[in-house]
Amino acid sequence: MTKQTDTQQDAAIEVEDLVTHYGSTKILNHVDMQVQTGEIMVIMGGSGSGKSTLLRYMLGLHKATSGSIKLLGHDITTISAKEMDKLRKNMGVSFQGGALFNSMTVGENVCLPLREHTHLDENTMQIMSRMKLSVVNLGGFEDLMPAQLSGGMIKRAALARAIVMDPKLLFFDEPSAGLDPVAAAELDDLILRIRKALNTTIVVVTHDLDSTFRIADRITVLDKGNILMIGTVDEVRNSDNERIQSLLNREARHVEINADEYLKELTGQKSD
Amino acid sequence: MIEEKVLRTFTEKLGQVTIRGIEELGYSLALLVESAYWLVFGFHRRQAVKLPSIFEQMMHIGIQALPIVTILAFAIGMMLAIQGIATLKTFGAESQVVLGIALSVTREFSPLIIGILVAGRSGSALAARIGTMQIAQEIDALRVIGISPVRYLVTPAMVAMLIMLPSLTFFADLVALLGGGVYSSLELGMSLQAYADRTIEVLKVDDITQGLYKSLVFAVIITLVSFVNGFSVTAGSEGVGKATTRSVVMSITYIIIADMVFTFVLTH
Repeated sequence: MTKQTDTQQDAAIEVEDLVTHYGSTKILNHVDMQVQTGEIMVIMGGSGSGKSTLLRYMLGLHKATSGSIKLLGHDITTISAKEMDKLRKNMGVSFQGGALFNSMTVGENVCLPLREHTHLDENTMQIMSRMKLSVVNLGGFEDLMPAQLSGGMIKRAALARAIVMDPKLLFFDEPSAGLDPVAAAELDDLILRIRKALNTTIVVVTHDLDSTFRIADRITVLDKGNILMIGTVDEVRNSDNERIQSLLNREARHVEINADEYLKELTGQKSD
Repeated sequence: MIEEKVLRTFTEKLGQVTIRGIEELGYSLALLVESAYWLVFGFHRRQAVKLPSIFEQMMHIGIQALPIVTILAFAIGMMLAIQGIATLKTFGAESQVVLGIALSVTREFSPLIIGILVAGRSGSALAARIGTMQIAQEIDALRVIGISPVRYLVTPAMVAMLIMLPSLTFFADLVALLGGGVYSSLELGMSLQAYADRTIEVLKVDDITQGLYKSLVFAVIITLVSFVNGFSVTAGSEGVGKATTRSVVMSITYIIIADMVFTFVLTH
């Protein structure tokens, strides 16, 4: 008896031909990528590669210059504000620094999405937030203020807030940044567990290689706003692309300097 | 050559400042409209403005300011009485001091002092809080949770300011009049009762409402300036400091200019 595998997976996230600018500088250059339902996609790249920018656009925090971003079939570049509000209930985000609200306790932080979007009674909300806190091993910490938590605990509390509405899409910005290796590994395990339990589609932006190889189904490698490659962990590891290899082997970037450009730069003339 | 360069830098700077000014004005108006929108239509969008957060802001902006308002208003009332009696003595018209105190307190001093005090106390606190939230990505977090930062942060503060500034102004009216009365009765040997009767006789409702209208305008100015500066913080903790200072200086400047314009219009 063979178990039928799900062959007709739909893309939970589709980014098509995305171009974005910061002021007049182009940040993302015709980016195309898809994330399948239930998949963990890691977006990797060096500093300034545009990976955080790509995440911010996927979250609908900025307006793109051109191109489209579809989340669960809705194009967020053209969607109405009301529809976007609805869509956001299916999205959870764990920011780099946690972004817990400092004026609220951990429990209130986790409760906030429930309080704003549902009409559950107080007791149910408390129970749900305690459940999510125990998922991230923070049971019993609900009455503490964020300032009383360690870096790893803040990230886990932020994760509890992100999953309190059982979102279909979960986004992580640099989950392991600022954590010791053990805390980072714990967070990776949590990410895997959540995917297993809820079949959540997960997008992780990181430059941490260990964590990437531990959790990723597929990897998108960004460089200077362009996609270098999208592939499975093995495909990326075995890629013969020079930039990818230098990223994997932590080699320093060799910046090629053009003599004329350098002279212009030194004399403060604007190059075109 | 050098002059040309200086001129060009100056023109460029002037252009940048003008553009920033227009941008901020536009942004302020957009914030004003949006916060009014959430107040009226928030319920239909299933994002009603929450009463507890309005009360919380009212506590910060109004109730907690009462001690300092009392001290300031009493001192201002005394100061006006001292100055008024000293000046009017030259004409032998000391008893007219009651009229002077009553009108200048209600029309001018109370709203202005309250405006400046609240700009310094609560405007700076708002700008710093919003700026810190901005750099800690808390504003982004609100947006991705599906909570409009305007509805959640700006509208409650705006409503609280619009309620508390006139209330504080009216309270300051009373305390300043009392301060003036205490000094006048000591100096001129007039009873407090007589002072109160005379004050009620000379004061018209218009004088008091004029001050209250002004305080409503100041409330809008303080809220918008604080939020525009807070939301525009980008450069870390140094940016928060700058935004806080800038919002206090700008609020006070706009308050005094608005006061002048308002007074001109109302007295003509």
